[in-house]
Amino acid sequence: MTHQQSALRERIRQAITTQPQSFSTILSSLLAVQDALGWLPEEAIEEVAAHSGGTVNDVWAVASFYTNFRFTPPGRHVVEVCWGPTCHLKGAQAILDEVQRALGLEHEGDTSDGGVSLKYNTCLGACSQGPVIMVDHAIMGNMTSAHAHEAVARLDKSDGNHASQHGA
Amino acid sequence: MANTYDALASEARKRWEGLEKGPQPWIRVGTAICGKAAGALETLEALKAELGRRDINAVISQVGCLGLCFAEPLVDITKPGHPRVFLKNVTPEVVPALVESYLAGDRPDPGLALGTLGGNIPGVPSLEDLPQWKRQVRVATRNCGTIDPGDIHHYIAHGGFAGLARALTEMQPPQVLQEVTQSGLRGRGGAAFPTGTKWSFLARSNVSPKYILVNCEEGDPGAFNDKGILESDPFTLIEGCIIAGYATGASHGYVFIRHGHEGPIHLTRQAIAQARSLGLVGQNILGSKFSFEMDVVLTGESYVSGEETALMEAMEGKRAMPRSRPPFPAAVGLWGKPSNINNVKTISYVPEIIARGAKWFAGIGTEKSKGTAIICFSGAIKYPGMYEVPFGLTIRQVVEEIGGGVPGGKQLKLLQTGGPLGGVLGAAKLDTVLDFDAMASAGAILGSGGIIVGDETVCAVDLTRNLVAFCQFESCGKCFPCRLGMTHLLEVLERIIAGEGRPADLELMKAIGQTMAVGSLCGHGQLGFNPVQSGLQAFAEDYKMHLEQKRCPTGACNRLFHKPTRTRPVASGGWYARRDYVHH
Ligand SMILES: Cc1cc2nc3c(=O)[nH]c(=O)nc-3n(C[C@H](O)[C@H](O)[C@H](O)COP(=O)(O)O)c2cc1C
Ligand code: SF4
Ligand code: FES
Repeated sequence: MTHQQSALRERIRQAITTQPQSFSTILSSLLAVQDALGWLPEEAIEEVAAHSGGTVNDVWAVASFYTNFRFTPPGRHVVEVCWGPTCHLKGAQAILDEVQRALGLEHEGDTSDGGVSLKYNTCLGACSQGPVIMVDHAIMGNMTSAHAHEAVARLDKSDGNHASQHGA
Repeated sequence: MANTYDALASEARKRWEGLEKGPQPWIRVGTAICGKAAGALETLEALKAELGRRDINAVISQVGCLGLCFAEPLVDITKPGHPRVFLKNVTPEVVPALVESYLAGDRPDPGLALGTLGGNIPGVPSLEDLPQWKRQVRVATRNCGTIDPGDIHHYIAHGGFAGLARALTEMQPPQVLQEVTQSGLRGRGGAAFPTGTKWSFLARSNVSPKYILVNCEEGDPGAFNDKGILESDPFTLIEGCIIAGYATGASHGYVFIRHGHEGPIHLTRQAIAQARSLGLVGQNILGSKFSFEMDVVLTGESYVSGEETALMEAMEGKRAMPRSRPPFPAAVGLWGKPSNINNVKTISYVPEIIARGAKWFAGIGTEKSKGTAIICFSGAIKYPGMYEVPFGLTIRQVVEEIGGGVPGGKQLKLLQTGGPLGGVLGAAKLDTVLDFDAMASAGAILGSGGIIVGDETVCAVDLTRNLVAFCQFESCGKCFPCRLGMTHLLEVLERIIAGEGRPADLELMKAIGQTMAVGSLCGHGQLGFNPVQSGLQAFAEDYKMHLEQKRCPTGACNRLFHKPTRTRPVASGGWYARRDYVHH
């Protein structure tokens, strides 16, 4: 095992063993790793299996179910656009068009330079301020296409400061 | 025992008075998610900078959501010798003007002043006169926007934990249970099941341990009141949960929140820790024989994990796929032990019901819907927000008087209520009374309390496509009528929208819907046809125009519709695609 690999495993184990709640499960462990790294490398699946006494299949079954898990490193920046019904009625689709244009994407996914990951969110929870987007965990309401474009275009140029720089 | 609570209460009141009647201005800024989305964190920074620049001393607190989301960023100032005054839409740009007019000076800028509470300031209305406030009866949300959700003393200073103290010292568990039953409280998570009856199932079991599970999955788009309560007053939920444990003989309470909702998660965890440090959670609560542990448990992104049996699967760390019932959770629940699942709002009413009595609560609302509804307004509405109103108002009163109607001189076309498994109501149903049963017979459910308003520019088919795409994306996949039915419904809707609808498509959708209703394991599939069915009923014209004239009545459908391409389980980029994987 290279030094890098063992350092990664160490971070994963650290995340798994320092969970805040009184018990841990496969799901809680996966969430803890996702929080620490921003994604689930295969080492995470193995470590969670070892920690929970299950098989990699047991762990993969859980990991593949929840749509917030990633299996490749995220971009340095993560942009989430709400496509929930309130935001939909308030123009979310036009905002998605604009954000995709700004990023050169056709769907949700990662830009080719790995700079930005775009994710659609079913409801960001700030419907009263719809339409809503979230850029690197900062929520922004009352969006217009122009504002969204600005928020995203700004990212492209700046350096990444997202917590999950791993693998970037 | 009562002394212990009295001691806590007098200490808390002392601290509160220090703030409210202290020598310095006390500034509260609403920084729940709605505030943040409107820029409240920037406002907070600008305020601190401006006060520093002008050398003005003030105490600044971050509070949750007052419910008046339309006024965000909302700043609330109490100055010595002045009433509490609320200032609306305080963006960083207007902070200097605000400081000048009301912190350096004594006259709040009338353009910024929303209203006062507890006294008058010339030229500023009383909040009590605004319909957005006057029409409310705030029970579960009584402290929202007033207290710091990060300080348990604020809650105690407002009578917090008096209900628990009363239950533990004056009442036996069956009496507490009876009080909740007599209050007429019904579940606010969707099905409106009587809460006292549900608790009695758990109370009857002799197996231990028993669990109280609080559902804050809140996956319904358009609903934000569960997270709103946790971000504004997590203590009322904690107190309610402990009382539920006492009434039913449970020893543990778990609050189930979706990963990623950082505000509610952090604040609830912190609130539990504070309650524990004061002896309100843990062993021998308030010196009594009763012990109760609490914790926050997270789920990944999955709408169906809010279904009560899927919730238990997720808590056990598995895929959130519903279980067959029976056995019911009260018999075989979390880790096979008896469990009771309630929504955040349901539990948040309990402290006031115990403190003020069942009669008081049952005096609010209608014959079969007691208490209040916590409405989340969003969409084409002038005053979006979170409003707690008594049952019995008409939907028209709520929409027009509180919500201020549709902005921009447009006509109201529809209301989407009860989340994606709820329905759409046309303007003709505005006089329906806010009541679980009246709304159900009108073809929509109150559900979680989300009301999304659509104006005349909305096409019912387009909105329905959005709801069905959600239901399709979120189907857990366990049973085929739901998994394939949703996919098929979406396909049909998309071809109708593309102008390629076939004459038999409406019948086809109804047949799919019937199969889903009878052949699905959980409510997701059983109710998943609701948005289509209610839309077909109220907006047949919209469908007809798409089918016969091949065009959209409002043009809303004339654009590419983006929806997630990810599937559940994830089908690409994942591990199982790796053939070379060998476990070592
Ligand atoms: C697909 C699906 C999703 C649900 N999501 C939630 C939810 O997010 N929050 C909630 O309280 N109830 C949800 N429910 C309802 C729960 O199954 C359960 O009835 C409720 O939590 C019980 O609480 P109550 O008795 O206080 O209403 C959902 C039901 C279904 C079928
Ligand atoms: S009805 Fe749908 S969501 Fe519910 S168990 Fe079946 S497939 Fe899963
Ligand atoms: S629907 Fe977009 S934030 Fe809720």
